[in-house]
Amino acid sequence: MRTRFQQGLDDLRQRLLRMGGLAEQAVDRACQAYIERDLTRCRMVLENESLINLAEREIDEVAFDLLALQQPMAIDLRFILAVVKINADLERVGDQAVNIAERVMDMVELPPAELPVDIGRMATAVSAMVKRALESFIEGKAELAQAVLEMDNVVDRMRDEAFITLVRKMNDSPEVTRQALDALLVARNLERVADHATNIAEDVIFWVRGADVRHNVTEFVNPTEISERR
Amino acid sequence: MGVGIQVEHLNAWFGKTQALYDINITMPANHATAIIGPSGCGKSTFVRCLNRMHETISDARADGKVRMGELDVYNGTSATQIRRRIGMVFQKPNPFPTMTIYDNVAAGLKLNGFRDRRRTDEIVERSLQLSALWDEVKDTLRKKSGASLSGGQQQRLCIARALAVEPQVLLMDEPCSALDPISTGKIEELIFQLKARYTIVIVTHNMQQASRVAEFTGFFLMGKLIEFDKTEKIFTNPSEKRTEDYITGRFG
Repeated sequence: MRTRFQQGLDDLRQRLLRMGGLAEQAVDRACQAYIERDLTRCRMVLENESLINLAEREIDEVAFDLLALQQPMAIDLRFILAVVKINADLERVGDQAVNIAERVMDMVELPPAELPVDIGRMATAVSAMVKRALESFIEGKAELAQAVLEMDNVVDRMRDEAFITLVRKMNDSPEVTRQALDALLVARNLERVADHATNIAEDVIFWVRGADVRHNVTEFVNPTEISERR
Repeated sequence: MGVGIQVEHLNAWFGKTQALYDINITMPANHATAIIGPSGCGKSTFVRCLNRMHETISDARADGKVRMGELDVYNGTSATQIRRRIGMVFQKPNPFPTMTIYDNVAAGLKLNGFRDRRRTDEIVERSLQLSALWDEVKDTLRKKSGASLSGGQQQRLCIARALAVEPQVLLMDEPCSALDPISTGKIEELIFQLKARYTIVIVTHNMQQASRVAEFTGFFLMGKLIEFDKTEKIFTNPSEKRTEDYITGRFG
Protein backbone atom coordinates (compact mmCIF):
# COMPACT_ATOMS: atom_id res chain seq x y z
CA MET A 1 0.00 0.00 0.00
CA ARG A 2 2.61 2.51 1.11
CA THR A 3 5.16 1.30 -1.40
CA ARG A 4 2.66 1.98 -4.15
CA PHE A 5 2.24 5.44 -2.65
CA GLN A 6 6.01 5.91 -2.64
CA GLN A 7 6.09 4.87 -6.29
CA GLY A 8 3.40 7.45 -6.97
CA LEU A 9 5.50 10.14 -5.33
CA ASP A 10 8.56 9.08 -7.34
CA ASP A 11 6.53 9.17 -10.53
CA LEU A 12 5.34 12.68 -9.69
CA ARG A 13 8.91 13.77 -9.01
CA GLN A 14 10.18 12.34 -12.31
CA ARG A 15 7.40 14.02 -14.23
CA LEU A 16 8.13 17.38 -12.63
CA LEU A 17 11.81 17.01 -13.45
CA ARG A 18 11.00 16.35 -17.10
CA MET A 19 8.69 19.36 -17.06
CA GLY A 20 11.48 21.42 -15.49
CA GLY A 21 13.86 20.27 -18.22
CA LEU A 22 11.42 21.39 -20.91
CA ALA A 23 10.86 24.81 -19.34
CA GLU A 24 14.56 25.37 -18.77
CA GLN A 25 15.33 24.39 -22.36
CA ALA A 26 12.62 26.75 -23.65
CA VAL A 27 14.13 29.75 -21.83
CA ASP A 28 17.66 28.89 -22.95
CA ARG A 29 16.55 28.48 -26.55
CA ALA A 30 14.59 31.72 -26.54
CA CYS A 31 17.59 33.64 -25.15
CA GLN A 32 19.92 32.04 -27.64
CA ALA A 33 17.47 32.94 -30.40
CA TYR A 34 17.55 36.58 -29.24
CA ILE A 35 21.32 36.74 -29.18
CA GLU A 36 21.75 35.03 -32.57
CA ARG A 37 18.54 36.39 -34.19
CA ASP A 38 17.69 32.74 -34.86
CA LEU A 39 14.20 31.95 -36.17
CA THR A 40 14.72 28.16 -36.05
CA ARG A 41 15.11 28.27 -32.29
CA CYS A 42 12.05 30.53 -32.04
CA ARG A 43 9.97 27.94 -33.84
CA MET A 44 11.28 25.18 -31.56
CA VAL A 45 10.17 27.18 -28.54
CA LEU A 46 6.70 27.68 -29.99
CA GLU A 47 6.36 24.02 -30.90
CA ASN A 48 7.47 22.75 -27.51
CA GLU A 49 4.99 24.89 -25.64
CA SER A 50 2.24 22.33 -26.21
CA LEU A 51 4.50 19.65 -24.66
CA ILE A 52 4.89 21.81 -21.56
CA ASN A 53 1.15 22.39 -21.36
CA LEU A 54 0.49 18.69 -21.68
CA ALA A 55 3.05 17.88 -18.99
CA GLU A 56 1.41 20.43 -16.69
CA ARG A 57 -1.97 18.74 -17.01
CA GLU A 58 -0.54 15.28 -16.45
CA ILE A 59 1.32 16.35 -13.32
CA ASP A 60 -1.81 17.94 -11.91
CA GLU A 61 -3.73 14.75 -12.58
CA VAL A 62 -1.18 12.53 -10.87
CA ALA A 63 -1.01 14.90 -7.89
CA PHE A 64 -4.80 15.08 -7.69
CA ASP A 65 -5.08 11.28 -7.68
CA LEU A 66 -2.44 10.95 -4.96
CA LEU A 67 -4.23 13.50 -2.79
CA ALA A 68 -7.61 11.86 -3.30
CA LEU A 69 -6.57 8.23 -3.01
CA GLN A 70 -3.68 8.23 -0.55
CA GLN A 71 -4.49 11.08 1.85
CA PRO A 72 -0.86 12.06 2.29
CA MET A 73 0.34 13.66 5.52
CA ALA A 74 3.15 15.91 6.71
CA ILE A 75 6.22 15.91 4.42
CA ASP A 76 4.38 13.95 1.71
CA LEU A 77 1.50 16.41 1.76
CA ARG A 78 3.91 19.34 1.60
CA PHE A 79 5.75 17.67 -1.26
CA ILE A 80 2.62 17.25 -3.35
CA LEU A 81 1.46 20.81 -2.68
CA ALA A 82 4.91 22.10 -3.62
CA VAL A 83 4.89 20.05 -6.84
CA VAL A 84 1.50 21.41 -7.86
CA LYS A 85 2.68 24.98 -7.35
CA ILE A 86 6.06 24.46 -8.99
CA ASN A 87 4.21 22.87 -11.90
CA ALA A 88 2.17 26.05 -12.42
CA ASP A 89 5.31 28.19 -12.23
CA LEU A 90 7.11 26.04 -14.79
CA GLU A 91 4.20 26.34 -17.17
CA ARG A 92 4.42 30.13 -16.83
CA VAL A 93 8.16 29.95 -17.47
CA GLY A 94 7.28 28.19 -20.72
CA ASP A 95 4.86 31.01 -21.58
CA GLN A 96 7.55 33.62 -20.95
CA ALA A 97 9.91 31.74 -23.29
CA VAL A 98 7.21 31.90 -25.96
CA ASN A 99 6.83 35.66 -25.37
CA ILE A 100 10.58 36.12 -25.80
CA ALA A 101 10.54 34.04 -29.01
CA GLU A 102 7.73 36.19 -30.38
CA ARG A 103 9.73 39.37 -29.65
CA VAL A 104 12.70 37.86 -31.47
CA MET A 105 10.51 37.08 -34.49
CA ASP A 106 9.39 40.69 -34.53
CA MET A 107 12.94 41.94 -34.06
CA VAL A 108 14.54 40.03 -36.96
CA GLU A 109 12.20 41.82 -39.36
CA LEU A 110 13.87 45.08 -38.34
CA PRO A 111 17.38 46.32 -39.10
CA PRO A 112 19.83 45.36 -36.33
CA ALA A 113 20.42 48.11 -33.78
CA GLU A 114 23.17 48.76 -31.27
CA LEU A 115 21.35 48.77 -27.90
CA PRO A 116 22.82 49.73 -24.51
CA VAL A 117 21.60 46.56 -22.79
CA ASP A 118 23.25 43.21 -22.09
CA ILE A 119 20.36 40.75 -22.52
CA GLY A 120 22.90 37.92 -22.70
CA ARG A 121 24.16 38.65 -19.19
CA MET A 122 20.63 38.86 -17.85
CA ALA A 123 19.71 35.62 -19.60
CA THR A 124 22.68 33.87 -18.00
CA ALA A 125 21.63 35.03 -14.54
CA VAL A 126 18.00 34.05 -15.05
CA SER A 127 18.83 30.68 -16.51
CA ALA A 128 21.16 30.00 -13.56
CA MET A 129 18.27 30.79 -11.20
CA VAL A 130 15.98 28.33 -12.93
CA LYS A 131 18.70 25.66 -12.91
CA ARG A 132 19.48 26.21 -9.27
CA ALA A 133 15.80 26.19 -8.27
CA LEU A 134 15.34 22.85 -10.04
CA GLU A 135 18.53 21.51 -8.46
CA SER A 136 17.25 22.45 -5.03
CA PHE A 137 14.13 20.44 -5.85
CA ILE A 138 16.13 17.42 -7.07
CA GLU A 139 18.38 17.45 -4.02
CA GLY A 140 15.67 18.51 -1.60
CA LYS A 141 18.05 21.17 -0.26
CA ALA A 142 16.67 24.34 1.26
CA GLU A 143 20.13 26.02 1.21
CA LEU A 144 20.28 25.84 -2.58
CA ALA A 145 16.78 27.29 -2.75
CA GLN A 146 17.82 30.08 -0.40
CA ALA A 147 20.58 31.08 -2.84
CA VAL A 148 17.97 31.48 -5.60
CA LEU A 149 15.99 33.92 -3.47
CA GLU A 150 19.05 36.08 -3.10
CA MET A 151 19.69 36.16 -6.85
CA ASP A 152 16.26 37.59 -7.54
CA ASN A 153 17.31 41.08 -6.42
CA VAL A 154 20.19 41.07 -8.88
CA VAL A 155 17.86 40.32 -11.79
CA ASP A 156 15.37 42.95 -10.63
CA ARG A 157 18.16 45.53 -10.74
CA MET A 158 19.20 44.43 -14.24
CA ARG A 159 15.60 44.91 -15.41
CA ASP A 160 15.45 48.38 -13.84
CA GLU A 161 18.72 49.38 -15.49
CA ALA A 162 17.55 48.02 -18.85
CA PHE A 163 14.39 50.08 -18.50
CA ILE A 164 16.27 53.33 -17.83
CA THR A 165 18.89 52.91 -20.55
CA LEU A 166 16.42 51.70 -23.19
CA VAL A 167 13.95 54.53 -22.59
CA ARG A 168 16.81 56.99 -22.90
CA LYS A 169 17.84 55.29 -26.14
CA MET A 170 14.31 55.63 -27.52
CA ASN A 171 14.41 59.34 -26.75
CA ASP A 172 17.85 59.83 -28.27
CA SER A 173 17.36 57.63 -31.34
CA PRO A 174 13.66 57.35 -32.18
CA GLU A 175 14.51 55.33 -35.32
CA VAL A 176 15.34 52.26 -33.16
CA THR A 177 12.31 52.59 -30.87
CA ARG A 178 10.82 49.28 -31.98
CA GLN A 179 14.06 47.39 -31.46
CA ALA A 180 14.50 49.01 -28.05
CA LEU A 181 10.94 48.15 -27.14
CA ASP A 182 11.48 44.50 -28.10
CA ALA A 183 14.60 44.40 -25.93
CA LEU A 184 12.71 46.03 -23.07
CA LEU A 185 9.93 43.45 -23.28
CA VAL A 186 12.48 40.63 -23.37
CA ALA A 187 14.10 42.07 -20.23
CA ARG A 188 10.72 42.14 -18.57
CA ASN A 189 9.97 38.54 -19.62
CA LEU A 190 13.30 37.43 -18.23
CA GLU A 191 12.58 39.17 -14.94
CA ARG A 192 9.26 37.32 -14.78
CA VAL A 193 11.09 34.00 -15.31
CA ALA A 194 13.31 34.94 -12.38
CA ASP A 195 10.19 35.55 -10.29
CA HIS A 196 8.92 32.08 -11.15
CA ALA A 197 12.30 30.58 -10.21
CA THR A 198 11.97 32.42 -6.90
CA ASN A 199 8.52 30.94 -6.34
CA ILE A 200 9.88 27.48 -7.08
CA ALA A 201 12.67 27.99 -4.56
CA GLU A 202 10.14 29.11 -1.94
CA ASP A 203 8.07 26.01 -2.56
CA VAL A 204 11.13 23.81 -2.12
CA ILE A 205 11.81 25.48 1.24
CA PHE A 206 8.19 24.89 2.21
CA TRP A 207 8.46 21.22 1.26
CA VAL A 208 11.77 20.59 3.00
CA ARG A 209 11.44 22.74 6.10
CA GLY A 210 7.71 23.20 6.39
CA ALA A 211 8.28 26.96 6.48
CA ASP A 212 6.41 29.49 4.38
CA VAL A 213 8.97 32.07 3.29
CA ARG A 214 6.87 33.90 0.72
CA HIS A 215 6.74 37.68 0.62
CA ASN A 216 9.30 37.97 3.43
CA VAL A 217 6.66 37.21 6.03
CA THR A 218 8.56 35.42 8.77
CA GLU A 219 5.75 34.74 11.19
CA PHE A 220 2.29 33.61 10.29
CA VAL A 221 -0.25 35.74 12.12
CA ASN A 222 -3.64 34.21 12.65
CA PRO A 223 -6.34 36.86 12.06
CA THR A 224 -8.29 35.67 15.11
CA GLU A 225 -5.20 36.18 17.25
CA ILE A 226 -4.94 39.74 16.07
CA SER A 227 -8.48 40.47 17.21
CA GLU A 228 -7.74 38.75 20.53
CA ARG A 229 -4.67 40.88 21.04
CA ARG A 230 -6.77 43.99 20.67
CA MET B 1 -18.89 21.94 31.19
CA GLY B 2 -15.83 19.87 30.51
CA VAL B 3 -12.74 20.04 32.62
CA GLY B 4 -9.10 19.92 31.60
CA ILE B 5 -6.96 16.88 32.27
CA GLN B 6 -3.38 17.16 33.48
CA VAL B 7 -1.24 14.06 33.50
CA GLU B 8 2.15 14.13 35.21
CA HIS B 9 4.76 11.39 35.37
CA LEU B 10 2.26 8.67 34.63
CA ASN B 11 3.71 5.15 34.53
CA ALA B 12 1.74 1.95 34.03
CA TRP B 13 2.56 -1.72 34.22
CA PHE B 14 1.07 -5.09 33.39
CA GLY B 15 2.78 -7.30 35.96
CA LYS B 16 6.48 -6.68 35.40
CA THR B 17 6.04 -5.26 31.91
CA GLN B 18 5.99 -1.50 31.81
CA ALA B 19 3.37 -0.21 29.37
CA LEU B 20 3.66 3.56 29.88
CA TYR B 21 6.78 5.58 30.64
CA ASP B 22 6.61 8.94 32.35
CA ILE B 23 3.72 10.46 30.39
CA ASN B 24 3.23 14.21 30.78
CA ILE B 25 0.36 15.78 28.91
CA THR B 26 -2.21 18.52 29.39
CA MET B 27 -5.51 18.12 27.59
CA PRO B 28 -7.51 21.34 27.57
CA ALA B 29 -11.15 21.50 28.61
CA ASN B 30 -13.86 21.49 25.92
CA HIS B 31 -11.54 20.36 23.19
CA ALA B 32 -10.95 17.01 21.56
CA THR B 33 -7.54 15.44 21.94
CA ALA B 34 -6.63 12.52 19.68
CA ILE B 35 -4.23 9.81 20.77
CA ILE B 36 -2.53 8.07 17.89
CA GLY B 37 0.19 5.46 17.56
CA PRO B 38 0.79 1.91 16.32
CA SER B 39 -0.85 -1.12 17.94
CA GLY B 40 0.62 -1.89 21.33
CA CYS B 41 2.04 1.61 21.85
CA GLY B 42 0.00 2.21 25.00
CA LYS B 43 -2.82 4.38 23.66
CA SER B 44 -5.63 2.37 25.19
CA THR B 45 -3.70 1.81 28.41
CA PHE B 46 -3.25 5.55 28.61
CA VAL B 47 -6.96 6.38 28.36
CA ARG B 48 -7.81 3.50 30.71
CA CYS B 49 -5.49 5.06 33.26
CA LEU B 50 -7.49 8.28 33.08
CA ASN B 51 -10.62 6.66 34.52
CA ARG B 52 -8.77 3.99 36.52
CA MET B 53 -10.00 1.15 34.38
CA HIS B 54 -6.43 0.00 33.95
CA GLU B 55 -6.31 -1.27 37.52
CA THR B 56 -9.33 -3.57 36.95
CA ILE B 57 -7.01 -5.94 35.09
CA SER B 58 -5.33 -8.28 37.57
CA ASP B 59 -1.66 -7.54 38.07
CA ALA B 60 -1.97 -4.15 36.37
CA ARG B 61 -0.99 -0.98 38.19
CA ALA B 62 -0.23 2.67 37.52
CA ASP B 63 1.41 5.54 39.34
CA GLY B 64 1.79 9.23 38.72
CA LYS B 65 -0.53 12.14 38.90
CA VAL B 66 -3.75 12.64 36.95
CA ARG B 67 -5.80 15.73 37.66
CA MET B 68 -9.24 16.16 36.19
CA GLY B 69 -10.55 19.58 37.11
CA GLU B 70 -10.39 19.71 40.88
CA LEU B 71 -10.22 15.91 41.20
CA ASP B 72 -6.99 14.10 41.91
CA VAL B 73 -7.68 10.80 40.16
CA TYR B 74 -5.08 8.69 41.98
CA ASN B 75 -5.22 10.36 45.36
CA GLY B 76 -8.17 10.59 47.71
CA THR B 77 -10.85 9.86 45.11
CA SER B 78 -12.62 6.54 44.66
CA ALA B 79 -12.61 4.81 41.28
CA THR B 80 -16.42 4.97 41.22
CA GLN B 81 -16.39 8.72 41.79
CA ILE B 82 -13.94 9.10 38.91
CA ARG B 83 -15.86 6.92 36.50
CA ARG B 84 -19.07 8.79 37.21
CA ARG B 85 -17.33 11.91 35.90
CA ILE B 86 -15.90 10.18 32.87
CA GLY B 87 -18.00 8.56 30.19
CA MET B 88 -16.39 5.90 28.07
CA VAL B 89 -17.22 4.63 24.61
CA PHE B 90 -15.53 1.52 23.26
CA GLN B 91 -14.52 0.17 19.90
CA LYS B 92 -17.45 -2.21 19.55
CA PRO B 93 -20.83 -0.83 20.49
CA ASN B 94 -21.93 -2.70 23.60
CA PRO B 95 -25.55 -1.88 24.44
CA PHE B 96 -27.19 -4.10 27.05
CA PRO B 97 -28.81 -6.52 24.63
CA THR B 98 -31.86 -7.47 26.69
CA MET B 99 -32.76 -3.89 27.62
CA THR B 100 -34.92 -1.53 25.60
CA ILE B 101 -33.40 1.58 24.09
CA TYR B 102 -34.85 3.62 26.93
CA ASP B 103 -33.49 1.32 29.63
CA ASN B 104 -30.06 1.32 28.03
CA VAL B 105 -29.83 5.09 28.32
CA ALA B 106 -31.33 5.11 31.81
CA ALA B 107 -29.11 2.27 33.06
CA GLY B 108 -26.46 4.50 34.59
CA LEU B 109 -29.05 6.61 36.37
CA LYS B 110 -30.78 3.55 37.84
CA LEU B 111 -27.46 2.14 38.94
CA ASN B 112 -26.84 5.36 40.81
CA GLY B 113 -30.20 5.00 42.60
CA PHE B 114 -31.93 7.73 40.62
CA ARG B 115 -35.71 7.12 40.86
CA ASP B 116 -37.49 10.26 39.56
CA ARG B 117 -39.32 8.94 36.49
CA ARG B 118 -40.23 12.25 34.92
CA ARG B 119 -36.72 13.52 35.32
CA THR B 120 -35.41 10.23 33.90
CA ASP B 121 -37.64 10.69 30.83
CA GLU B 122 -36.15 14.12 30.32
CA ILE B 123 -32.58 12.93 30.71
CA VAL B 124 -33.13 10.01 28.31
CA GLU B 125 -34.55 12.34 25.69
CA ARG B 126 -31.81 14.93 26.14
CA SER B 127 -29.06 12.32 25.98
CA LEU B 128 -30.48 10.81 22.81
CA GLN B 129 -30.82 14.30 21.34
CA LEU B 130 -27.19 15.02 22.16
CA SER B 131 -26.05 11.78 20.58
CA ALA B 132 -28.12 12.59 17.48
CA LEU B 133 -30.18 9.41 17.79
CA TRP B 134 -33.47 10.79 19.14
CA ASP B 135 -35.24 11.31 15.83
CA GLU B 136 -34.44 7.77 14.73
CA VAL B 137 -35.65 5.99 17.88
CA LYS B 138 -38.17 8.25 19.60
CA ASP B 139 -41.16 6.13 18.50
CA THR B 140 -39.72 2.79 19.57
CA LEU B 141 -37.92 3.76 22.76
CA ARG B 142 -39.65 1.25 24.98
CA LYS B 143 -40.46 -1.35 22.34
CA LYS B 144 -37.17 -2.13 20.68
CA SER B 145 -34.09 -3.57 22.32
CA GLY B 146 -30.74 -1.82 22.03
CA ALA B 147 -29.40 -4.76 20.08
CA SER B 148 -31.98 -4.32 17.33
CA LEU B 149 -30.37 -1.08 16.18
CA SER B 150 -27.74 -0.83 13.44
CA GLY B 151 -24.08 -0.70 14.42
CA GLY B 152 -23.86 3.06 14.01
CA GLN B 153 -27.08 3.59 15.96
CA GLN B 154 -25.83 1.24 18.70
CA GLN B 155 -22.68 3.30 19.03
CA ARG B 156 -24.71 6.51 19.34
CA LEU B 157 -26.87 4.70 21.90
CA CYS B 158 -23.73 3.92 23.90
CA ILE B 159 -22.74 7.57 23.67
CA ALA B 160 -26.19 8.57 24.94
CA ARG B 161 -25.81 6.09 27.79
CA ALA B 162 -22.46 7.61 28.69
CA LEU B 163 -23.88 11.16 28.52
CA ALA B 164 -26.92 10.36 30.68
CA VAL B 165 -24.92 10.45 33.90
CA GLU B 166 -23.60 13.91 32.94
CA PRO B 167 -19.88 13.27 32.80
CA GLN B 168 -17.32 16.02 32.30
CA VAL B 169 -15.00 13.98 30.16
CA LEU B 170 -15.73 11.56 27.35
CA LEU B 171 -13.13 8.90 26.56
CA MET B 172 -13.55 7.22 23.21
CA ASP B 173 -11.43 4.20 22.35
CA GLU B 174 -11.63 3.64 18.59
CA PRO B 175 -15.32 4.58 18.55
CA CYS B 176 -15.74 4.31 14.78
CA SER B 177 -13.53 1.41 13.81
CA ALA B 178 -16.50 -0.94 13.50
CA LEU B 179 -18.70 1.57 11.67
CA ASP B 180 -19.34 2.40 8.03
CA PRO B 181 -18.39 5.86 6.68
CA ILE B 182 -21.88 7.31 7.12
CA SER B 183 -22.11 6.29 10.76
CA THR B 184 -18.52 7.41 11.23
CA GLY B 185 -19.43 10.78 9.78
CA LYS B 186 -22.34 11.09 12.21
CA ILE B 187 -20.17 10.22 15.21
CA GLU B 188 -17.49 12.67 14.10
CA GLU B 189 -20.06 15.41 13.68
CA LEU B 190 -21.34 14.49 17.12
CA ILE B 191 -17.87 14.75 18.63
CA PHE B 192 -17.73 18.26 17.24
CA GLN B 193 -21.04 19.20 18.86
CA LEU B 194 -20.18 17.55 22.16
CA LYS B 195 -17.00 19.53 22.58
CA ALA B 196 -19.05 22.49 23.77
CA ARG B 197 -20.04 20.51 26.87
CA TYR B 198 -17.36 17.89 27.37
CA THR B 199 -13.66 17.34 27.16
CA ILE B 200 -13.05 14.55 24.68
CA VAL B 201 -10.15 12.15 24.42
CA ILE B 202 -10.29 9.89 21.39
CA VAL B 203 -8.01 6.98 20.60
CA THR B 204 -7.91 6.29 16.90
CA HIS B 205 -5.98 4.37 14.29
CA ASN B 206 -7.53 6.51 11.64
CA MET B 207 -5.23 9.44 11.01
CA GLN B 208 -7.80 11.31 8.95
CA GLN B 209 -10.26 10.96 11.79
CA ALA B 210 -7.79 12.42 14.25
CA SER B 211 -7.11 15.31 11.90
CA ARG B 212 -10.82 15.90 11.35
CA VAL B 213 -12.10 15.93 14.91
CA ALA B 214 -9.29 16.81 17.30
CA GLU B 215 -7.63 20.15 18.03
CA PHE B 216 -4.73 18.43 19.77
CA THR B 217 -2.96 15.20 18.97
CA GLY B 218 -0.54 13.07 20.97
CA PHE B 219 1.64 10.45 19.28
CA PHE B 220 2.58 7.41 21.37
CA LEU B 221 5.30 4.92 20.54
CA MET B 222 6.39 1.98 22.69
CA GLY B 223 4.79 3.38 25.81
CA LYS B 224 6.21 6.87 25.43
CA LEU B 225 4.58 10.11 24.40
CA ILE B 226 6.76 11.17 21.49
CA GLU B 227 5.02 14.39 20.53
CA PHE B 228 2.01 16.38 21.61
CA ASP B 229 0.92 19.46 19.72
CA LYS B 230 -1.87 21.16 17.82
CA THR B 231 -3.35 18.70 15.35
CA GLU B 232 -2.54 20.80 12.29
CA LYS B 233 1.11 20.96 13.36
CA ILE B 234 1.29 17.18 13.87
CA PHE B 235 -0.20 16.43 10.48
CA THR B 236 1.49 19.09 8.37
CA ASN B 237 4.87 19.59 9.95
CA PRO B 238 5.61 17.51 13.06
CA SER B 239 8.74 18.32 15.06
CA GLU B 240 9.77 14.72 15.62
CA LYS B 241 11.11 12.51 12.85
CA ARG B 242 9.40 9.48 14.43
CA THR B 243 6.02 11.22 14.29
CA GLU B 244 6.52 12.08 10.65
CA ASP B 245 7.62 8.55 9.80
CA TYR B 246 4.52 7.15 11.48
CA ILE B 247 1.92 9.46 9.99
CA THR B 248 3.38 9.18 6.51
CA GLY B 249 3.26 5.38 6.80
CA ARG B 250 7.01 4.82 6.75
CA PHE B 251 6.69 2.49 9.73
CA GLY B 252 4.06 1.19 12.10
